[in-house]
Amino acid sequence: MSSTNGLIIELAYVVSAALFILGLKLLGSAATARKGNTISSVGMLLAIVAALIDQGIVSYQWILLGMVVGGLIGAAAARLVQMTSMPEMVALFNGFGGLASLLVGWAALNGDASTFTLITIVLSVLIGGVTFTGSLIAYGKLSENLGSGAIMFRGQQVVNSLIVLGIVGASVMLSMDPLNTTWLYAVIGLSLLFGIMAVIPIGGADMPVVISLLNSYSGLAACAAGFAINNNILIVAGSLVGASGIILTQIMCKSMNRSLGNVLFSGFGSGVTEATVVEGEIKPISVEDAFYVLEAASNVAIIPGYGMAVAQAQHVVKELCELLEENGAEVNFGIHPVAGRMPGHMNVLLAEADVPYDQLLEMDEINPRMETVDVAIVIGANDVVNPAAREVESSPIYGMPVINVDTAKTVFVLKRSMASGFAGIENPLFYKENTRMLFGDAKESIGGLIREFS
Amino acid sequence: MTIVFLTFILMLSVFLGFELINKVPATLHTPLMSGANAISGITVVGAIALAGTGDQDLAQWLGAGAVALASINVVGGYLVTDRMLAMFKKKGGAAK
Repeated sequence: MSSTNGLIIELAYVVSAALFILGLKLLGSAATARKGNTISSVGMLLAIVAALIDQGIVSYQWILLGMVVGGLIGAAAARLVQMTSMPEMVALFNGFGGLASLLVGWAALNGDASTFTLITIVLSVLIGGVTFTGSLIAYGKLSENLGSGAIMFRGQQVVNSLIVLGIVGASVMLSMDPLNTTWLYAVIGLSLLFGIMAVIPIGGADMPVVISLLNSYSGLAACAAGFAINNNILIVAGSLVGASGIILTQIMCKSMNRSLGNVLFSGFGSGVTEATVVEGEIKPISVEDAFYVLEAASNVAIIPGYGMAVAQAQHVVKELCELLEENGAEVNFGIHPVAGRMPGHMNVLLAEADVPYDQLLEMDEINPRMETVDVAIVIGANDVVNPAAREVESSPIYGMPVINVDTAKTVFVLKRSMASGFAGIENPLFYKENTRMLFGDAKESIGGLIREFS
Repeated sequence: MTIVFLTFILMLSVFLGFELINKVPATLHTPLMSGANAISGITVVGAIALAGTGDQDLAQWLGAGAVALASINVVGGYLVTDRMLAMFKKKGGAAK
Protein backbone atom coordinates (compact mmCIF):
# COMPACT_ATOMS: atom_id res chain seq x y z
CA MET A 1 0.00 0.00 0.00
CA SER A 2 1.46 3.34 -0.98
CA SER A 3 1.50 5.85 1.81
CA THR A 4 -0.56 8.46 -0.09
CA ASN A 5 -3.32 5.96 -0.62
CA GLY A 6 -3.25 5.02 3.06
CA LEU A 7 -3.29 8.65 4.13
CA ILE A 8 -6.30 9.49 1.96
CA ILE A 9 -8.18 6.55 3.44
CA GLU A 10 -7.33 7.56 7.02
CA LEU A 11 -8.39 11.16 6.36
CA ALA A 12 -11.67 9.98 4.83
CA TYR A 13 -12.27 7.99 8.04
CA VAL A 14 -11.73 11.13 10.11
CA VAL A 15 -14.35 12.98 8.05
CA SER A 16 -16.80 10.11 8.26
CA ALA A 17 -16.34 9.93 12.05
CA ALA A 18 -17.18 13.64 12.20
CA LEU A 19 -20.30 13.01 10.10
CA PHE A 20 -21.41 10.18 12.46
CA ILE A 21 -21.00 12.47 15.46
CA LEU A 22 -22.86 15.33 13.79
CA GLY A 23 -25.59 12.94 12.64
CA LEU A 24 -26.10 11.56 16.15
CA LYS A 25 -26.21 15.07 17.55
CA LEU A 26 -28.94 16.09 15.09
CA LEU A 27 -30.88 12.90 15.94
CA GLY A 28 -31.39 14.49 19.37
CA SER A 29 -34.19 16.78 18.24
CA ALA A 30 -37.31 15.84 16.32
CA ALA A 31 -36.97 18.85 14.02
CA THR A 32 -33.50 17.90 12.78
CA ALA A 33 -33.52 14.12 13.24
CA ARG A 34 -34.16 13.21 9.62
CA LYS A 35 -31.32 15.40 8.44
CA GLY A 36 -29.10 13.82 11.09
CA ASN A 37 -29.84 10.35 9.81
CA THR A 38 -29.00 11.42 6.26
CA ILE A 39 -25.71 12.97 7.38
CA SER A 40 -24.80 9.82 9.25
CA SER A 41 -25.56 7.73 6.13
CA VAL A 42 -23.28 10.00 4.06
CA GLY A 43 -20.56 9.32 6.63
CA MET A 44 -21.12 5.59 6.15
CA LEU A 45 -20.98 5.90 2.37
CA LEU A 46 -17.71 7.81 2.62
CA ALA A 47 -16.19 5.18 4.90
CA ILE A 48 -17.22 2.38 2.52
CA VAL A 49 -15.81 4.19 -0.53
CA ALA A 50 -12.57 4.81 1.36
CA ALA A 51 -12.34 1.13 2.26
CA LEU A 52 -12.91 0.19 -1.39
CA ILE A 53 -10.03 2.29 -2.76
CA ASP A 54 -7.55 0.48 -0.52
CA GLN A 55 -4.78 -0.80 -2.79
CA GLY A 56 -4.57 -3.96 -0.75
CA ILE A 57 -7.76 -5.09 -2.46
CA VAL A 58 -7.08 -7.14 -5.56
CA SER A 59 -10.45 -8.71 -6.21
CA TYR A 60 -13.77 -6.92 -6.05
CA GLN A 61 -16.21 -9.60 -7.12
CA TRP A 62 -16.99 -11.01 -3.67
CA ILE A 63 -17.18 -7.59 -2.08
CA LEU A 64 -19.67 -6.36 -4.64
CA LEU A 65 -21.69 -9.54 -4.53
CA GLY A 66 -21.92 -9.29 -0.75
CA MET A 67 -22.90 -5.64 -0.87
CA VAL A 68 -25.55 -6.14 -3.52
CA VAL A 69 -27.12 -9.16 -1.82
CA GLY A 70 -27.04 -7.54 1.62
CA GLY A 71 -28.17 -4.16 0.34
CA LEU A 72 -31.16 -5.61 -1.49
CA ILE A 73 -32.27 -7.67 1.50
CA GLY A 74 -31.88 -4.67 3.80
CA ALA A 75 -33.74 -2.32 1.47
CA ALA A 76 -36.60 -4.75 0.94
CA ALA A 77 -36.94 -5.40 4.68
CA ALA A 78 -36.87 -1.67 5.49
CA ARG A 79 -39.56 -0.95 2.93
CA LEU A 80 -41.89 -3.83 3.72
CA VAL A 81 -41.82 -3.92 7.51
CA GLN A 82 -44.99 -2.87 9.34
CA MET A 83 -44.51 -0.11 11.90
CA THR A 84 -45.97 -2.40 14.54
CA SER A 85 -43.21 -4.93 13.79
CA MET A 86 -40.44 -2.39 14.25
CA PRO A 87 -39.06 -3.91 17.49
CA GLU A 88 -38.38 -7.32 15.90
CA MET A 89 -36.92 -5.62 12.82
CA VAL A 90 -34.42 -3.69 14.93
CA ALA A 91 -33.59 -6.88 16.84
CA LEU A 92 -32.94 -8.77 13.61
CA PHE A 93 -30.70 -6.06 12.12
CA ASN A 94 -28.80 -6.01 15.38
CA GLY A 95 -28.22 -9.72 15.11
CA PHE A 96 -26.81 -9.43 11.59
CA GLY A 97 -24.41 -6.72 12.76
CA GLY A 98 -23.26 -9.01 15.56
CA LEU A 99 -22.71 -11.97 13.23
CA ALA A 100 -20.74 -9.75 10.82
CA SER A 101 -18.39 -8.81 13.67
CA LEU A 102 -18.02 -12.46 14.61
CA LEU A 103 -16.99 -13.32 11.04
CA VAL A 104 -14.54 -10.41 10.84
CA GLY A 105 -12.91 -11.48 14.10
CA TRP A 106 -12.70 -15.06 12.87
CA ALA A 107 -11.18 -14.02 9.52
CA ALA A 108 -8.62 -11.81 11.27
CA LEU A 109 -7.34 -14.74 13.31
CA ASN A 110 -3.88 -15.89 12.26
CA GLY A 111 -0.74 -17.30 13.78
CA ASP A 112 1.38 -14.18 14.03
CA ALA A 113 -1.07 -11.88 15.81
CA SER A 114 0.13 -10.30 19.06
CA THR A 115 -1.47 -11.32 22.34
CA PHE A 116 -3.37 -8.02 22.52
CA THR A 117 -4.75 -8.52 19.02
CA LEU A 118 -5.70 -12.09 19.89
CA ILE A 119 -7.63 -10.90 22.93
CA THR A 120 -9.55 -8.37 20.83
CA ILE A 121 -10.23 -11.04 18.20
CA VAL A 122 -11.66 -13.31 20.88
CA LEU A 123 -13.76 -10.41 22.20
CA SER A 124 -15.20 -9.59 18.79
CA VAL A 125 -16.10 -13.25 18.17
CA LEU A 126 -17.58 -13.53 21.66
CA ILE A 127 -19.63 -10.32 21.74
CA GLY A 128 -20.65 -10.80 18.10
CA GLY A 129 -21.85 -14.34 18.82
CA VAL A 130 -23.84 -13.37 21.91
CA THR A 131 -25.39 -10.45 20.01
CA PHE A 132 -26.36 -12.71 17.12
CA THR A 133 -28.20 -15.49 18.96
CA GLY A 134 -29.47 -13.11 21.66
CA SER A 135 -31.04 -10.97 18.95
CA LEU A 136 -32.54 -13.98 17.20
CA ILE A 137 -34.21 -15.08 20.44
CA ALA A 138 -35.40 -11.51 21.04
CA TYR A 139 -36.76 -11.50 17.49
CA GLY A 140 -38.55 -14.79 18.12
CA LYS A 141 -40.11 -13.49 21.32
CA LEU A 142 -41.16 -10.17 19.80
CA SER A 143 -42.69 -11.70 16.70
CA GLU A 144 -44.43 -14.29 18.91
CA ASN A 145 -42.79 -17.16 17.03
CA LEU A 146 -41.46 -18.17 20.42
CA GLY A 147 -43.55 -17.76 23.52
CA SER A 148 -42.97 -14.28 24.90
CA GLY A 149 -42.82 -15.46 28.49
CA ALA A 150 -39.70 -15.96 30.55
CA ILE A 151 -38.27 -19.46 30.32
CA MET A 152 -36.77 -20.66 33.58
CA PHE A 153 -35.64 -24.09 34.59
CA ARG A 154 -34.03 -25.68 37.59
CA GLY A 155 -30.26 -25.27 37.63
CA GLN A 156 -30.29 -22.47 35.07
CA GLN A 157 -27.78 -20.43 37.06
CA VAL A 158 -25.46 -23.44 37.27
CA VAL A 159 -25.67 -24.10 33.53
CA ASN A 160 -25.00 -20.43 32.76
CA SER A 161 -22.05 -20.32 35.13
CA LEU A 162 -20.59 -23.40 33.43
CA ILE A 163 -20.98 -21.76 30.01
CA VAL A 164 -19.21 -18.62 31.25
CA LEU A 165 -16.41 -20.73 32.71
CA GLY A 166 -16.16 -22.62 29.43
CA ILE A 167 -15.97 -19.37 27.46
CA VAL A 168 -13.22 -18.01 29.71
CA GLY A 169 -11.27 -21.26 29.49
CA ALA A 170 -11.59 -21.61 25.71
CA SER A 171 -10.70 -17.92 25.23
CA VAL A 172 -7.53 -18.25 27.28
CA MET A 173 -6.53 -21.41 25.41
CA LEU A 174 -7.21 -19.77 22.04
CA SER A 175 -5.11 -16.72 22.95
CA MET A 176 -2.21 -19.02 23.81
CA ASP A 177 -2.63 -21.35 20.86
CA PRO A 178 -4.31 -19.35 18.05
CA LEU A 179 -3.81 -21.98 15.34
CA ASN A 180 -5.72 -24.67 17.18
CA THR A 181 -9.17 -24.43 15.64
CA THR A 182 -10.75 -26.55 18.38
CA TRP A 183 -10.55 -23.63 20.79
CA LEU A 184 -11.85 -21.24 18.17
CA TYR A 185 -14.91 -23.40 17.48
CA ALA A 186 -15.42 -23.78 21.22
CA VAL A 187 -15.46 -20.00 21.71
CA ILE A 188 -17.86 -19.54 18.79
CA GLY A 189 -20.18 -22.33 19.88
CA LEU A 190 -20.25 -21.31 23.53
CA SER A 191 -20.85 -17.64 22.76
CA LEU A 192 -23.75 -18.55 20.47
CA LEU A 193 -25.15 -20.77 23.22
CA PHE A 194 -24.69 -18.06 25.82
CA GLY A 195 -26.64 -15.55 23.70
CA ILE A 196 -29.59 -17.95 23.74
CA MET A 197 -29.34 -18.68 27.45
CA ALA A 198 -29.02 -14.99 28.31
CA VAL A 199 -32.25 -13.93 26.61
CA ILE A 200 -34.65 -16.86 27.18
CA PRO A 201 -35.23 -16.05 30.88
CA ILE A 202 -36.35 -12.51 30.05
CA GLY A 203 -40.07 -11.85 29.67
CA GLY A 204 -41.75 -9.98 26.82
CA ALA A 205 -42.40 -6.77 28.75
CA ASP A 206 -38.70 -6.44 29.61
CA MET A 207 -37.80 -6.41 25.91
CA PRO A 208 -37.12 -2.64 25.80
CA VAL A 209 -34.14 -3.28 28.09
CA VAL A 210 -32.92 -6.30 26.12
CA ILE A 211 -33.11 -4.56 22.75
CA SER A 212 -31.22 -1.54 24.08
CA LEU A 213 -28.58 -3.81 25.55
CA LEU A 214 -28.17 -5.86 22.37
CA ASN A 215 -27.90 -2.60 20.46
CA SER A 216 -25.04 -1.67 22.72
CA TYR A 217 -23.40 -5.09 22.23
CA SER A 218 -23.54 -4.80 18.44
CA GLY A 219 -21.59 -1.55 18.78
CA LEU A 220 -19.09 -3.07 21.19
CA ALA A 221 -18.60 -6.05 18.84
CA ALA A 222 -17.79 -3.66 15.97
CA CYS A 223 -15.43 -1.84 18.31
CA ALA A 224 -13.61 -5.06 19.25
CA ALA A 225 -13.37 -5.98 15.56
CA GLY A 226 -11.80 -2.56 15.01
CA PHE A 227 -9.07 -3.39 17.53
CA ALA A 228 -8.61 -6.78 15.91
CA ILE A 229 -7.90 -5.33 12.48
CA ASN A 230 -6.39 -2.02 13.63
CA ASN A 231 -9.10 0.17 12.20
CA ASN A 232 -9.92 3.58 13.74
CA ILE A 233 -13.33 4.12 12.24
CA LEU A 234 -14.64 0.81 13.54
CA ILE A 235 -13.52 1.76 17.02
CA VAL A 236 -15.04 5.25 16.92
CA ALA A 237 -18.37 4.24 15.36
CA GLY A 238 -18.62 1.07 17.43
CA SER A 239 -18.05 2.81 20.72
CA LEU A 240 -20.52 5.59 19.87
CA VAL A 241 -23.18 2.93 19.33
CA GLY A 242 -22.06 1.03 22.43
CA ALA A 243 -22.39 4.13 24.58
CA SER A 244 -25.79 5.06 23.17
CA GLY A 245 -27.13 1.56 23.78
CA ILE A 246 -25.92 1.62 27.37
CA ILE A 247 -27.65 4.95 28.02
CA LEU A 248 -30.94 3.70 26.61
CA THR A 249 -30.60 0.56 28.73
CA GLN A 250 -30.11 2.73 31.81
CA ILE A 251 -33.14 4.89 31.01
CA MET A 252 -35.31 1.79 30.53
CA CYS A 253 -34.17 0.23 33.81
CA LYS A 254 -34.77 3.45 35.70
CA SER A 255 -38.30 3.64 34.27
CA MET A 256 -39.01 0.25 35.75
CA ASN A 257 -37.23 0.98 39.01
CA ARG A 258 -35.15 -2.14 38.58
CA SER A 259 -31.47 -2.76 38.25
CA LEU A 260 -30.03 -4.21 35.06
CA GLY A 261 -29.03 -7.32 37.00
CA ASN A 262 -32.60 -7.77 38.17
CA VAL A 263 -33.95 -7.56 34.61
CA LEU A 264 -31.35 -9.97 33.23
CA PHE A 265 -31.37 -12.62 35.91
CA SER A 266 -34.61 -12.57 37.87
CA GLY A 267 -36.93 -14.13 35.28
CA PHE A 268 -39.45 -11.54 36.43
CA GLY A 269 -42.98 -12.50 35.48
CA SER A 270 -42.38 -16.21 35.18
CA GLY A 271 -45.55 -17.18 36.92
CA VAL A 272 -45.39 -14.97 40.00
CA THR A 273 -48.73 -15.36 41.69
CA GLU A 274 -49.51 -12.44 43.94
CA ALA A 275 -52.16 -12.81 46.58
CA THR A 276 -52.98 -9.11 46.68
CA VAL A 277 -56.49 -8.59 47.95
CA VAL A 278 -58.14 -5.81 46.00
CA GLU A 279 -61.31 -4.23 47.30
CA GLY A 280 -64.10 -2.80 45.22
CA GLU A 281 -65.83 -4.08 42.14
CA ILE A 282 -65.32 -3.97 38.42
CA LYS A 283 -67.69 -1.54 36.70
CA PRO A 284 -68.09 -2.23 32.97
CA ILE A 285 -69.40 0.50 30.68
CA SER A 286 -71.04 0.32 27.26
CA VAL A 287 -69.72 2.15 24.22
CA GLU A 288 -72.82 4.33 24.24
CA ASP A 289 -72.39 5.45 27.86
CA ALA A 290 -68.68 6.01 27.30
CA PHE A 291 -69.58 8.29 24.40
CA TYR A 292 -71.83 10.46 26.60
CA VAL A 293 -69.03 10.91 29.13
CA LEU A 294 -66.49 11.74 26.41
CA GLU A 295 -68.86 14.19 24.73
CA ALA A 296 -69.01 16.19 27.95
CA ALA A 297 -65.27 16.06 28.58
CA SER A 298 -63.10 19.10 27.91
CA ASN A 299 -59.74 17.54 28.78
CA VAL A 300 -58.87 14.03 27.66
CA ALA A 301 -55.64 12.07 28.13
CA ILE A 302 -54.92 8.91 26.16
CA ILE A 303 -52.46 6.39 27.62
CA PRO A 304 -51.45 3.76 25.07
CA GLY A 305 -49.63 0.50 25.78
CA TYR A 306 -48.52 -2.62 23.96
CA GLY A 307 -52.18 -3.61 23.51
CA MET A 308 -52.63 -0.70 21.11
CA ALA A 309 -49.84 -2.09 18.94
CA VAL A 310 -51.32 -5.60 19.05
CA ALA A 311 -54.78 -4.34 18.07
CA GLN A 312 -53.22 -2.03 15.40
CA ALA A 313 -55.47 0.63 16.87
CA GLN A 314 -53.25 3.70 16.32
CA HIS A 315 -55.19 5.00 13.32
CA VAL A 316 -58.62 4.80 14.96
CA VAL A 317 -57.11 6.41 18.06
CA LYS A 318 -56.01 9.35 15.92
CA GLU A 319 -59.50 9.55 14.41
CA LEU A 320 -61.12 9.59 17.85
CA CYS A 321 -58.62 12.22 18.92
CA GLU A 322 -59.65 14.48 16.01
CA LEU A 323 -63.34 14.07 16.79
CA LEU A 324 -62.74 14.98 20.44
CA GLU A 325 -60.80 18.07 19.40
CA GLU A 326 -63.58 19.12 17.01
CA ASN A 327 -65.89 18.72 19.99
CA GLY A 328 -63.79 21.31 21.85
CA ALA A 329 -61.75 19.04 24.09
CA GLU A 330 -58.02 19.25 24.68
CA VAL A 331 -56.43 15.87 23.94
CA ASN A 332 -52.97 14.77 25.05
CA PHE A 333 -51.16 11.47 25.00
CA GLY A 334 -49.24 10.20 28.02
CA ILE A 335 -46.37 7.94 27.03
CA HIS A 336 -44.65 5.79 29.62
CA PRO A 337 -40.96 5.17 28.80
CA VAL A 338 -41.38 1.38 28.78
CA ALA A 339 -44.83 1.23 27.14
CA GLY A 340 -44.55 -1.22 24.27
CA ARG A 341 -41.69 -3.49 23.35
CA MET A 342 -38.88 -1.07 22.67
CA PRO A 343 -37.87 2.43 23.72
CA GLY A 344 -40.12 4.95 21.96
CA HIS A 345 -42.37 2.24 20.46
CA MET A 346 -45.64 4.13 21.08
CA ASN A 347 -44.25 7.37 19.66
CA VAL A 348 -43.43 5.70 16.35
CA LEU A 349 -46.86 4.10 16.05
CA LEU A 350 -48.64 7.38 16.81
CA ALA A 351 -46.36 9.22 14.39
CA GLU A 352 -47.42 6.70 11.75
CA ALA A 353 -51.04 7.63 12.46
CA ASP A 354 -50.14 11.33 12.00
CA VAL A 355 -50.37 12.35 15.64
CA PRO A 356 -48.06 15.39 15.98
CA TYR A 357 -45.16 14.68 18.33
CA ASP A 358 -45.76 17.77 20.48
CA GLN A 359 -49.04 16.19 21.55
CA LEU A 360 -47.17 13.23 23.07
CA LEU A 361 -46.26 13.98 26.67
CA GLU A 362 -43.69 12.11 28.71
CA MET A 363 -44.70 10.68 32.06
CA ASP A 364 -43.22 13.58 34.08
CA GLU A 365 -45.15 16.09 32.01
CA ILE A 366 -48.53 14.40 32.11
CA ASN A 367 -48.63 13.34 35.75
CA PRO A 368 -48.89 16.86 37.25
CA ARG A 369 -51.77 17.62 34.86
CA MET A 370 -53.66 14.42 35.54
CA GLU A 371 -55.94 15.94 38.22
CA THR A 372 -57.38 18.37 35.68
CA VAL A 373 -58.10 15.60 33.18
CA ASP A 374 -61.79 14.74 32.80
CA VAL A 375 -61.32 11.39 31.10
CA ALA A 376 -58.15 9.31 30.93
CA ILE A 377 -58.42 6.56 28.30
CA VAL A 378 -56.08 3.63 28.88
CA ILE A 379 -55.62 1.61 25.69
CA GLY A 380 -53.95 -1.74 26.10
CA ALA A 381 -51.69 -0.59 28.93
CA ASN A 382 -51.68 -2.27 32.32
CA ASP A 383 -48.58 -2.30 34.48
CA VAL A 384 -47.49 1.23 33.48
CA VAL A 385 -50.72 2.65 34.96
CA ASN A 386 -50.93 0.34 37.97
CA PRO A 387 -51.40 2.39 41.16
CA ALA A 388 -50.11 -0.59 43.16
CA ALA A 389 -46.64 0.71 42.22
CA ARG A 390 -47.37 3.64 44.56
CA GLU A 391 -49.71 2.09 47.10
CA VAL A 392 -48.99 -1.59 47.67
CA GLU A 393 -45.61 -2.11 49.25
CA SER A 394 -45.72 -5.86 48.74
CA SER A 395 -46.32 -5.53 45.00
CA PRO A 396 -43.45 -6.69 42.76
CA ILE A 397 -43.64 -3.42 40.86
CA TYR A 398 -43.72 -1.24 44.00
CA GLY A 399 -41.59 1.86 43.41
CA MET A 400 -41.84 1.78 39.62
CA PRO A 401 -42.82 5.23 38.32
CA VAL A 402 -46.26 4.97 36.69
CA ILE A 403 -48.69 7.30 34.96
CA ASN A 404 -51.20 8.26 37.65
CA VAL A 405 -54.38 7.88 35.63
CA ASP A 406 -56.36 7.08 38.80
CA THR A 407 -56.13 10.76 39.80
CA ALA A 408 -58.12 11.79 36.70
CA LYS A 409 -61.84 12.42 37.22
CA THR A 410 -62.85 9.37 35.17
CA VAL A 411 -60.73 6.54 33.79
CA PHE A 412 -61.74 4.33 30.87
CA VAL A 413 -59.77 1.13 30.56
CA LEU A 414 -59.98 -0.56 27.16
CA LYS A 415 -59.18 -4.17 27.69
CA ARG A 416 -59.82 -7.48 26.04
CA SER A 417 -60.67 -9.39 29.21
CA MET A 418 -59.88 -9.38 32.90
CA ALA A 419 -56.57 -11.26 32.54
CA SER A 420 -53.79 -9.48 34.42
CA GLY A 421 -50.64 -7.95 32.90
CA PHE A 422 -47.49 -9.80 31.96
CA ALA A 423 -46.32 -10.12 35.52
CA GLY A 424 -49.60 -11.57 36.72
CA ILE A 425 -49.98 -8.61 39.06
CA GLU A 426 -53.47 -7.54 40.04
CA ASN A 427 -54.24 -3.99 39.00
CA PRO A 428 -56.21 -2.11 41.69
CA LEU A 429 -56.92 0.58 39.08
CA PHE A 430 -59.67 -1.61 37.63
CA TYR A 431 -61.48 -1.62 40.96
CA LYS A 432 -61.30 2.11 41.68
CA GLU A 433 -64.45 4.18 42.18
CA ASN A 434 -63.75 6.36 39.11
CA THR A 435 -62.75 3.54 36.74
CA ARG A 436 -64.99 2.13 34.02
CA MET A 437 -63.99 -0.92 31.99
CA LEU A 438 -64.72 -0.96 28.25
CA PHE A 439 -64.26 -4.62 27.37
CA GLY A 440 -63.48 -5.85 23.86
CA ASP A 441 -60.95 -5.37 21.09
CA ALA A 442 -59.47 -1.87 21.40
CA LYS A 443 -59.85 -1.16 17.70
CA GLU A 444 -63.53 -2.16 17.70
CA SER A 445 -64.34 -0.28 20.91
CA ILE A 446 -62.80 2.93 19.57
CA GLY A 447 -64.50 2.36 16.22
CA GLY A 448 -67.79 2.17 18.13
CA LEU A 449 -67.06 5.48 19.87
CA ILE A 450 -66.27 7.08 16.51
CA ARG A 451 -69.59 5.90 15.10
CA GLU A 452 -71.40 7.43 18.08
CA PHE A 453 -69.74 10.78 17.38
CA SER A 454 -70.71 10.90 13.72
CA MET B 1 2.20 2.40 20.96
CA THR B 2 -0.66 1.54 18.59
CA ILE B 3 -2.50 -0.11 21.47
CA VAL B 4 -2.32 3.04 23.57
CA PHE B 5 -3.40 5.17 20.64
CA LEU B 6 -6.42 2.99 19.82
CA THR B 7 -7.44 2.78 23.47
CA PHE B 8 -7.24 6.56 23.66
CA ILE B 9 -9.64 6.84 20.74
CA LEU B 10 -11.96 4.35 22.40
CA MET B 11 -12.02 6.31 25.64
CA LEU B 12 -12.81 9.63 23.93
CA SER B 13 -15.53 8.12 21.71
CA VAL B 14 -17.29 6.49 24.65
CA PHE B 15 -17.45 9.79 26.55
CA LEU B 16 -18.61 11.58 23.42
CA GLY B 17 -21.30 8.94 22.86
CA PHE B 18 -22.64 9.40 26.40
CA GLU B 19 -22.75 13.19 25.97
CA LEU B 20 -24.50 12.97 22.59
CA ILE B 21 -27.20 10.54 23.57
CA ASN B 22 -27.99 11.73 27.07
CA LYS B 23 -30.31 14.54 26.00
CA VAL B 24 -32.29 12.71 23.33
CA PRO B 25 -36.05 12.98 24.11
CA ALA B 26 -38.04 9.76 24.63
CA THR B 27 -40.05 10.42 21.45
CA LEU B 28 -36.95 9.73 19.37
CA HIS B 29 -35.69 6.64 21.17
CA THR B 30 -36.74 4.18 18.47
CA PRO B 31 -35.26 6.12 15.52
CA LEU B 32 -32.15 6.78 17.61
CA MET B 33 -31.76 3.09 18.26
CA SER B 34 -32.25 2.02 14.67
CA GLY B 35 -30.02 4.85 13.45
CA ALA B 36 -27.29 3.80 15.88
CA ASN B 37 -27.85 0.24 14.73
CA ALA B 38 -27.12 1.28 11.15
CA ILE B 39 -23.88 2.87 12.33
CA SER B 40 -22.85 -0.39 13.99
CA GLY B 41 -22.88 -1.83 10.46
CA ILE B 42 -19.51 -0.04 10.12
CA THR B 43 -18.09 -3.55 10.41
CA VAL B 44 -18.62 -3.62 6.64
CA VAL B 45 -15.49 -1.46 6.30
CA GLY B 46 -13.37 -4.09 8.02
CA ALA B 47 -15.07 -6.88 6.12
CA ILE B 48 -14.34 -5.28 2.73
CA ALA B 49 -10.58 -5.51 3.24
CA LEU B 50 -10.88 -9.18 4.21
CA ALA B 51 -13.15 -10.08 1.30
CA GLY B 52 -10.93 -8.48 -1.31
CA THR B 53 -7.63 -10.30 -0.77
CA GLY B 54 -8.29 -12.56 -3.75
CA ASP B 55 -6.77 -15.43 -1.78
CA GLN B 56 -9.72 -17.80 -2.17
CA ASP B 57 -9.14 -18.92 1.41
CA LEU B 58 -11.43 -19.22 4.43
CA ALA B 59 -10.73 -15.63 5.52
CA GLN B 60 -12.00 -14.32 2.21
CA TRP B 61 -15.25 -16.26 2.38
CA LEU B 62 -15.79 -15.15 5.96
CA GLY B 63 -15.13 -11.58 4.87
CA ALA B 64 -17.62 -11.82 2.00
CA GLY B 65 -20.27 -13.18 4.37
CA ALA B 66 -19.57 -10.34 6.77
CA VAL B 67 -19.89 -7.79 3.95
CA ALA B 68 -23.35 -9.14 3.08
CA LEU B 69 -24.57 -9.24 6.70
CA ALA B 70 -23.23 -5.80 7.57
CA SER B 71 -24.74 -4.39 4.35
CA ILE B 72 -28.18 -5.61 5.46
CA ASN B 73 -27.59 -3.78 8.72
CA VAL B 74 -26.38 -0.56 7.07
CA VAL B 75 -28.87 -0.26 4.21
CA GLY B 76 -31.87 -1.58 6.16
CA GLY B 77 -31.01 0.47 9.25
CA TYR B 78 -30.69 3.81 7.48
CA LEU B 79 -33.75 3.32 5.27
CA VAL B 80 -36.03 2.21 8.08
CA THR B 81 -34.87 5.09 10.29
CA ASP B 82 -35.59 7.53 7.49
CA ARG B 83 -39.00 6.00 6.95
CA MET B 84 -39.83 6.43 10.63
CA LEU B 85 -38.51 9.96 10.89
CA ALA B 86 -40.47 11.04 7.82
CA MET B 87 -43.62 10.34 9.84
CA PHE B 88 -42.74 12.58 12.78
CA LYS B 89 -44.70 15.79 12.38
CA LYS B 90 -45.21 18.84 14.51
CA LYS B 91 -48.67 20.22 15.19
CA GLY B 92 -49.86 22.31 12.25
CA GLY B 93 -48.97 19.62 9.76
CA ALA B 94 -45.67 21.03 8.48
CA ALA B 95 -43.70 17.99 7.40
CA LYS B 96 -40.18 17.73 8.69
